[in-house]
Amino acid sequence: MNRFLLALAAGLLFGLGLAVSGMTNPDKVLNFLDLFGRWDPSLALVMGGALAVSVPGFAWVRGRGNSVFGDALADAPPPRVDGHLLAGSTLFGIGWGIAGYCPGPALASLTRGGEAVWFVLALLAGSQLARLFASRR
Amino acid sequence: MQTEFTPLAALLGGALIGFAATLLYAGLGRIAGISGMLTQVLEQPLGRGWRLAFLVGLVAGAGAWFAFGPGVPAPRAGFPLPWLLLAGVLVGFGTRMGNGCTSGHGICGLARLSRRSLVAVAVFMGAAILTVYVLRHALGLLP
Repeated sequence: MNRFLLALAAGLLFGLGLAVSGMTNPDKVLNFLDLFGRWDPSLALVMGGALAVSVPGFAWVRGRGNSVFGDALADAPPPRVDGHLLAGSTLFGIGWGIAGYCPGPALASLTRGGEAVWFVLALLAGSQLARLFASRR
Repeated sequence: MQTEFTPLAALLGGALIGFAATLLYAGLGRIAGISGMLTQVLEQPLGRGWRLAFLVGLVAGAGAWFAFGPGVPAPRAGFPLPWLLLAGVLVGFGTRMGNGCTSGHGICGLARLSRRSLVAVAVFMGAAILTVYVLRHALGLLP
């Protein structure tokens, strides 16, 4: 099995998981965020289910020291929390709270057409704005 | 719109997502961060292949469930376009500036016990909860 097939398989499972979990339904996401209204706790269990697998899984891979194909593991992120992380995450959270889409579910919904397509186009534009903003500083 | 709490589907789907992220890390040593992958596929010709393969899989995997899965709700319609576009721009800008989204910081970052990611998740969750509160309840601008 080569690297591309593995990445394709991981992507297929990730997309399937997003759809099965209901997280491609932005109403479900918004209702999770609506603690003081129509609260739907599903997203917490999606996160919990994911971490229940990925925490021990990642620990096992770290214990191996490299990937199955022999690649070095992606560098651990620097522990430093900076203004970009805080400001970027805040803006992302506001956008997420407006429409109920984060990047994964929005992309995963592309085959349904409609609003997901508009959202992804706007997301790409926002990403380019951030690139411009970073290069001007 | 009201949605139903679906604990089994949530846990099962979540476990699939966690397994997929672990598979990518175990196989290639890479982090399944969707916002970063999308940016790099479009802007970095080098090392594009596996990212493209993952993203194609992501779209196809969800698409297969939409086509054949049981009880898939119809896509949302009628959400105001200006709000949708504003949200998309903010998500694109913020995830690039903050270096990650729900997948990269949320699932992989937390699995790597990254302090940066833990802070990022707390901040974007908090901002999103506040946004929903303000738009739905305080101002009543969105349903």
